[in-house]
Amino acid sequence: MATQIATARPARRRSLLGGRALTGDQASPLWAIVAWVVAILAFFPVLYMFLTGFKTESAAVELPPKLIFKPTFENYEAIFSINFRPFFRNSLVASLVSTTIVMLLGVPAAYGLALHPPKKWKDILFFFISTKFLPPAGVIVPLYIIYRDAKLLGTVQGLIILYTAMNLPLAIWMLRSFFEEVPRDVLDAARVDGAGLIREMIQIILPMTLPGLVATAFIAIIFAWNEFFFAVSLAAAGTATVPIFMVRFVTSEGLFWAKLAASSTMAVLPIVLLGWIAQRQLVRGLSMGAVK
Amino acid sequence: MAITETRLEQISHRRARNSVLRWLGNQPIGRVLVLPALIYVIVVTQLPFILTVWYSFQRWNLQRPDRRGFIGLGNYRTILTRDPAFREAIVNTVVFVVAAVILSLLLGLLYAELVNHRFPGRGIVRTLLITPFLIMPVAAALTWKNMMLNPNFGVVNWVLRTTIPGSPSPNWLGHFPEASIIGVLVWRWAPFMMLILLAGMQSISEEVREAARVDGATVWQEFRDITLPHLYRFMQLGGLLGTVFIVQEVDPLYMMTKGGPGNATTTLPYLVFRKAIEGSNIGQAAAVGVIVVILSIIVITLLLRALDRVLKEI
Repeated sequence: MATQIATARPARRRSLLGGRALTGDQASPLWAIVAWVVAILAFFPVLYMFLTGFKTESAAVELPPKLIFKPTFENYEAIFSINFRPFFRNSLVASLVSTTIVMLLGVPAAYGLALHPPKKWKDILFFFISTKFLPPAGVIVPLYIIYRDAKLLGTVQGLIILYTAMNLPLAIWMLRSFFEEVPRDVLDAARVDGAGLIREMIQIILPMTLPGLVATAFIAIIFAWNEFFFAVSLAAAGTATVPIFMVRFVTSEGLFWAKLAASSTMAVLPIVLLGWIAQRQLVRGLSMGAVK
Repeated sequence: MAITETRLEQISHRRARNSVLRWLGNQPIGRVLVLPALIYVIVVTQLPFILTVWYSFQRWNLQRPDRRGFIGLGNYRTILTRDPAFREAIVNTVVFVVAAVILSLLLGLLYAELVNHRFPGRGIVRTLLITPFLIMPVAAALTWKNMMLNPNFGVVNWVLRTTIPGSPSPNWLGHFPEASIIGVLVWRWAPFMMLILLAGMQSISEEVREAARVDGATVWQEFRDITLPHLYRFMQLGGLLGTVFIVQEVDPLYMMTKGGPGNATTTLPYLVFRKAIEGSNIGQAAAVGVIVVILSIIVITLLLRALDRVLKEI
């Protein structure tokens, strides 16, 4: 009887940032083949982009496309010699600083909404998310004028302000869903012990929800890093982020596929790695904490 | 004398600070915690919109600042009656969003069902499948435009030529711009749908599936009779969120077609960009912005009502 129970429910594997491991029944070999083929087809453009970055320019447009060849690093040398570095640094600054502000504002807010809900907390929550639902196109015109007058056009600071506002509602929803999972008895015990708000937050709740906090920060970084609309509208003329490097590269350098592929690879690599690490928490962030 | 003045200033400063602190101290703790974030979001996202409305009533072109002036509903009249780009943009927006949401839901459903069973390398397959969603949209758009869809050197036409001898090598972005954009959108958003639907599939209890299999259900029967009905709410959620996010996508438009040929791939948000940043027509761009927001509020109100119901049920 005891063994039956033990074998009936195998312990779920935990990933780095939490989240459940997948369950399911054993599929047939044919199923596995189909799944692999579909996955490779979906992934192929990414793979091809990655490979092309290591080809010479003449090999890059060669057909049939070669998947095995002698790699060259000349494209990477070339893009770094035409000033890729400041764009990369700006992207890093924009996504890391904005995410830091998102966490500084978002953790207390989500904490308050989840564990000390103020009056009308539901309205506040839906207000936050409704701002995420409105197209940035609705505010881009005045932002352009304000930024022009405040000399913020073409600056990273200008983008940081907007990326914070863009990610804050998402982060609050996601963080709130993590805070709500803290067992009530843990909180009650802490309060009986006379723990104040700060102790309750820093010593008890934050360590328990750390994987959730990290996953939230990762998702905010991903969205800020990939953001394009604000960047192209407000920063295209200045020292901007990586997406703008790509735009300018195409217009000024013309069609050099291998170099284009190399800069694309540099542009996507940090985020793809983050996303792979956070993939089990990704769905919670994307669904605003609704799906776990 | 100077010393007393600074002293006085310090005291009044401290008093002001104390009264702020006292006010904060008397507030419920939840409100104090939420307030900074709330103020930030209101200032950055709501106040500019008031300016959008104000600008939309003005004749204002950045190239002709001398002609700036209040013209009431003039911009709206021009856009609604004499601007074919606007009408095209409305149609394009609806077509792109509806097609991309439905197709990415279907493809995402396939992805999710594939990785909902155990097989060797399942984790890697899932990782490969979500990757298109992580790729910076600008980089993805450039890869598709050049390495995939280029009429002469692109992989897609090469595959067509080699598998179907004598097949034409279409100029995808020239002749089928809408379909090409929708294709790239679907490639990018199907992983998003997969993640939501997979979470839904995983929330079906193993016991139910087990019972179905003991009764001799095939994979297809299990999918149709157990998975699909359970997934309905998750598909709604995916559809709602997908709609909201895909409307806002301008990256592939800018990188692949610049909204063209003509206005064939210009959506409403992209039209605002074209008018404001490329055309310097602040007044008209603001008017389109206001219309976009009004339409969004209508759609969002309907969606949120549905979403609230969905969120409660999950």
